[in-house]
Amino acid sequence: MTTDTAVLPARSAPAPAGRSLYGRRTSRLWRLLSPLPLATGFLTLCVVAMLVIILWNIVAGGIGGLTWEFLTQAPSQGMTEGGIFPAIFGTVFLVVLMTIAVIPLGVATAIYMRHYARPDSRMARLVRVAVNNLAGVPSIVFGLFGLGFFVQFLGKGIDTAFFAGDLAFGQPAIIWASLTLAVLTLPVVIVATEEAMRAIPRDYLEASYALGATRWQTIRSVVLPNSMTGILTGGILAVSRGAGEVAPIMFTGAAYFLPYLPTKLNDQFMELGYHVYVLSTQSPNVEETLPLLYSTVLVLLLLTFALNLLAVLIRIRIRSRQVR
Amino acid sequence: MITADEGVRTGKVTLDTQLASRTGTESPPMTEQHTVKMQSRNLDFYYGANHALKSVDFDIVTNAVTALIGPSGCGKTTFLRSLNRMNDQIPGVRITGSILLDGTNIYDTGIDVTALRRRVGMVFQKSNPFPKTIYENVAFGLRIAGVRDRHVLDDAVEQSLRQAALWDEVSGDLEKSALQLSGGQQQRLCIARALAVKPEVLLMDEPASALDPISTAKIEELIEDLKTRYTIVIVTHNMQQAARIAQFTGFFYMGELIEYGPTAKIFTTPSEKKTEDYVTGRFG
Repeated sequence: MTTDTAVLPARSAPAPAGRSLYGRRTSRLWRLLSPLPLATGFLTLCVVAMLVIILWNIVAGGIGGLTWEFLTQAPSQGMTEGGIFPAIFGTVFLVVLMTIAVIPLGVATAIYMRHYARPDSRMARLVRVAVNNLAGVPSIVFGLFGLGFFVQFLGKGIDTAFFAGDLAFGQPAIIWASLTLAVLTLPVVIVATEEAMRAIPRDYLEASYALGATRWQTIRSVVLPNSMTGILTGGILAVSRGAGEVAPIMFTGAAYFLPYLPTKLNDQFMELGYHVYVLSTQSPNVEETLPLLYSTVLVLLLLTFALNLLAVLIRIRIRSRQVR
Repeated sequence: MITADEGVRTGKVTLDTQLASRTGTESPPMTEQHTVKMQSRNLDFYYGANHALKSVDFDIVTNAVTALIGPSGCGKTTFLRSLNRMNDQIPGVRITGSILLDGTNIYDTGIDVTALRRRVGMVFQKSNPFPKTIYENVAFGLRIAGVRDRHVLDDAVEQSLRQAALWDEVSGDLEKSALQLSGGQQQRLCIARALAVKPEVLLMDEPASALDPISTAKIEELIEDLKTRYTIVIVTHNMQQAARIAQFTGFFYMGELIEYGPTAKIFTTPSEKKTEDYVTGRFG
């Protein structure tokens, strides 16, 4: 009998005072819950409204300056005129290099964690802790790390070893900026890949092993094809994140203004996010650069969307080719 | 089904084996009509502290169907998976004793496990085709073995699908996804996939337990066909199935091989009380 009253909600049978802890808590919870749909609806609207306002502001301010010349020319007249082509080129170059670096490294780490390391081994736990903490480090710290490790240590080391101390790689360059971004986005790729690999049924692996496949053959012909969409999702997230970061590339390769396009790995480069920062804080005439600034932000947004869209399309293609 | 007469004849084999193990001498050679493909000797198996198989001595006869029966958790699947070292994947496993395949201990150091698994294939309880086409499923084992020649692959795929009695149903569309097949077809596809690498022994872990009666009948028919060319070991919970398709049956209980002999003897005149209780449905 006592258990019955405890289970019943307070509404149907008000239990005697002092014993109806459960029931009272339910009713209090209920009162708290009832405006919840309203509140969530309102908050959702707020989020949508904010997005719309931001997008509207950028589009309205930037669409006018979005001409063919703006997209294909270099800045001129102290950045108050001309276009942003070098920044677009630099951003794409940077993101491509970053992807080339981060996908193999992230996927290899995920394969190691999932298929080679014993889950409770010291190495596996160390990597796990490192990945989790890497994701929480502020991006400016990555910038400083990139400067210290890639530029000063690796770059200078390469110079001493291969260029007789001449300055070649021991300076900020696109390779170091992209590697810094790769470190920043590494956790995203690792987590997405591991998640995809975890979803592969154990049956597939057993079937492969039972047919005489080695571990590596199983990974190559069963694990990787079946986690391709997850890997690409990780790639999408990494690209979106990487394309918009400014802090990690400030010290490691991005340039205020360059009269030429980066063609070598140790060239400096212009980048859209950094260009926005430059236009809005470093310009001698902020009033005049404002339209350019809006258009640049719009291009940055469009470029990120386009890169995302491309990755989504690749994903859909792979999925449709993959029979189900 | 085999006749009681055959049962008595083949029963001698087991009896001799058991006598030999009791006196500790090497088991005598099998009678001329039965050669031994695989045998386990003093096989002990531990999952951590759990002693899953206790000193199992088992002879698997060439080109015959051997059924492993027993209640859940008795070790029959563990034993089956030991035969092609599928248990190697599981952490915390320890094995002592030996399993011989044509006289070679498969647990010796230096044994190529992938080569072993090509010789001792496996079909699982739940059909597990890869999310690839029918063709690619069957060709998988050959591809990883390094076969590139399209003609060789085509021939092997057709031959394996024919052997698995699936060819007539799928020959029109080999590029169709394997996952679009029915459950019974998927399981026969898995059998075809296992046959494609030309194994000598085929291990089957309750291959029909998830199928409807018609599909089950097809699988049983298939096993009947295959036994002329392959040595088959099948784990089953279905005792009628064991009686229908197996020439030899081993009864496991609590990690021990209680009794092993011709199926007819196990089901009609078992020598152990526990076997009799199990096959007559008194427990299990």
